[in-house]
Amino acid sequence: MDFNLTEERRMLQDSLSRYLADKYDHDRRRKGVAAGRPFDPEVFAGLAELGVLGALFTEEQGGFGGAGFDLSVVFEELGRAGTIEPVLPAVLTGSLIAGKPDLVEAVIAGESIVALACSEAQARYDLDNVETTVADGKLNGTKVHVLNGAQASALVVTARIAAGEQGIALFLVPTDAAGVAIVNHVNNDGTSGATVSFTDVVITEDMQLAGGLAALETAVAQGTLALCAEALGAMETAKTLTIDYLKERKQFGIPIGKFQALQHRMADVLIEVEQARSAVINLAGHLEADRDTREKHVSATKNLIGRVGAHVVEEAVQMHGGIGMTDEYALSHFTRRITMIDHWFGDVDHHLARFIALSAA
Amino acid sequence: MDLTYTDEEKAFRADVRTWLQENLPRDLSEKVRLGKRLGKQDIELWHSLLNEKGWLAPNWPAEYGGAEWNAVQRQIYEEEACLAHAPRTLPFGLNMLAPVLMAFGSEEQRQYFLPRILNGEHWWCQGYSEPGAGSDLAALKTRAVRDGDDYVVNGQKTWTTLGQHADWIFCLVRTDPDVKKQEGISFLLIDMKSPGVTVRPIVLIDGEAEVNEVFFDNVRVPAKNLVGEENKGWTYAKYLLTHERTNIAGVGFSTAALETLKHVAQTVQSGGKPLAENPHFAARMAQVEIDLMAMATTNLRVVSAAAKGEAPGAESSMLKVKGTVIRQELTSLLRRAVGPDALPFQPDYLEGGDNAEMMGPEHAATSAPSYFNMRKLSIFGGSNEVQRSIITKAILGL
Repeated sequence: MDFNLTEERRMLQDSLSRYLADKYDHDRRRKGVAAGRPFDPEVFAGLAELGVLGALFTEEQGGFGGAGFDLSVVFEELGRAGTIEPVLPAVLTGSLIAGKPDLVEAVIAGESIVALACSEAQARYDLDNVETTVADGKLNGTKVHVLNGAQASALVVTARIAAGEQGIALFLVPTDAAGVAIVNHVNNDGTSGATVSFTDVVITEDMQLAGGLAALETAVAQGTLALCAEALGAMETAKTLTIDYLKERKQFGIPIGKFQALQHRMADVLIEVEQARSAVINLAGHLEADRDTREKHVSATKNLIGRVGAHVVEEAVQMHGGIGMTDEYALSHFTRRITMIDHWFGDVDHHLARFIALSAA
Repeated sequence: MDLTYTDEEKAFRADVRTWLQENLPRDLSEKVRLGKRLGKQDIELWHSLLNEKGWLAPNWPAEYGGAEWNAVQRQIYEEEACLAHAPRTLPFGLNMLAPVLMAFGSEEQRQYFLPRILNGEHWWCQGYSEPGAGSDLAALKTRAVRDGDDYVVNGQKTWTTLGQHADWIFCLVRTDPDVKKQEGISFLLIDMKSPGVTVRPIVLIDGEAEVNEVFFDNVRVPAKNLVGEENKGWTYAKYLLTHERTNIAGVGFSTAALETLKHVAQTVQSGGKPLAENPHFAARMAQVEIDLMAMATTNLRVVSAAAKGEAPGAESSMLKVKGTVIRQELTSLLRRAVGPDALPFQPDYLEGGDNAEMMGPEHAATSAPSYFNMRKLSIFGGSNEVQRSIITKAILGL
């Protein structure tokens, strides 16, 4: 057993953390969101330059990472800083576009965004609930909650070519293709989503990607790890802000952190955040395991992160009092982001049920 | 022990229900049902309708135009109003200031201010909290210095709910800085149009500017706007807070929120079935419903123990803690019920634009903002920590 990061990962963590501490803060993000910018191009370019995107891909693909702990290191730092730049789409689609090396290169360079279009209005969190179809060389259907769909140059789209689990195929569709209509919206946490409809979009043979539902599940497992690590980083920030506040805020003549009622609750927050860290390590360490083992860890980790996330956020806001409710104070972003992460790729209930089903199998 | 309502109470409930059906404007109840944000005009309209009926001030005595309902009647009204999705009335003038004026104000103040609360001429807001005085309210610093027939006020209030619409603010101000902090506070009524008053909105975590900072820069306030005696303000403030807590359990709100939740859970599909049939989600809903059933009775126990028109004591702290935990749990369940459709931020829809299209099922747009916004319940009106301290001291004797 060795819970230390490798030298390379530690260096990436250090440089990323320094870069973000230097370049990025609540005010910058808030101004960007208020101005209607889906992300900050300068920060995104800076992240690409640091190798953040390269760390998400294997050497084979032209990157220098791609393993579970590469994803968790990067996303914990992004979560700690609270970035909304489109790094996650690269995780969600990276393994699916492996057969398109030019596109992968552009993604690693931060020049192209490839978004994953796998959710449908009726599907809730079920990846295999797909009504979009490709028939007679035409793609038809509507995808919802496509992360950075309107900022992407291409989309990986799930579509049905036949009935059953084997009938789900993946297609790479340029966003400027005829018949593609994209409506952008801002999410509660400042990230951008899109509703994308496809009307008789012409599908040629080279647009079909390798793999189907199993490949999608693997990609979503990677994305879920990234989200959980991001939530962990965000919780660390929420925790730090709260501890600082408990030390500095005085009521009744003493810092409120001297009240035992708050001390014990803060101690519980710390215990829970450490549990969250262990859950992220569990998933990162099993990302390359066989499917059933991996998916059990996906559901265990996502469930725990959802539970602990709500606990941390609710306690952080409560212990801050009114100031914790204000948009101007940094905690607001972390509260929204941690809460919204529960709504991506399955919430606590979804993954609890899934964990039970996977354990019974 | 008898858990049934008397015939009179049943008849009262029927009257309330009928009146609400016939008089509550449909577009208004629809906004409330969908959790959209209400504007100033919405609230003023509802006040005027209730006032015409004589129901705007349930707890006021008849001589001031109140309905003079007893505690059980008020509870019945609250339940019916919430189930009908009626807007809540503004508590600042009706339930906070008015009881203080009736108990401690001058006859002139009562004659001038009370009718104007009812007829909508005065929208009141509350000037209690300050940046340095939250849970420790008595630490407030806003200073009022007597100068001839006026007080000159300097300082800052914060978290002033809906202060952006207010005509008047009732304030706790420091009139004597040299005594024990509770003994140098006075209760002052300030016209928001006075020179030197500035209101600055605070945008909250859900994107709405519901609360404000209010600044006082050499504001001259006629001394006749002092309530009661100088330096006795803390007594009045405590009196006011017990009244603020009378409907603190929010049984009506929770009952309506539970209905909404059940409706959404029936509509939303999960794994090919309504979410309501998902055993995990059904268990969570059942749990909160069971808690609510018990709390409704706890509430009635406290309410019936309180004599006519009188505010309950430390027991109301119990209701605040349990009531807010239940309301917050309901918002947490609603955001989970709508699933991925809780993600988009849809301000046009929230602000009540009739033509604003919404993504996702009913309540999707309001679910996350409302979850965030309702975190305030356990913070304001005496945080749940303060309530627990009150219970510890006043009931447990520890």
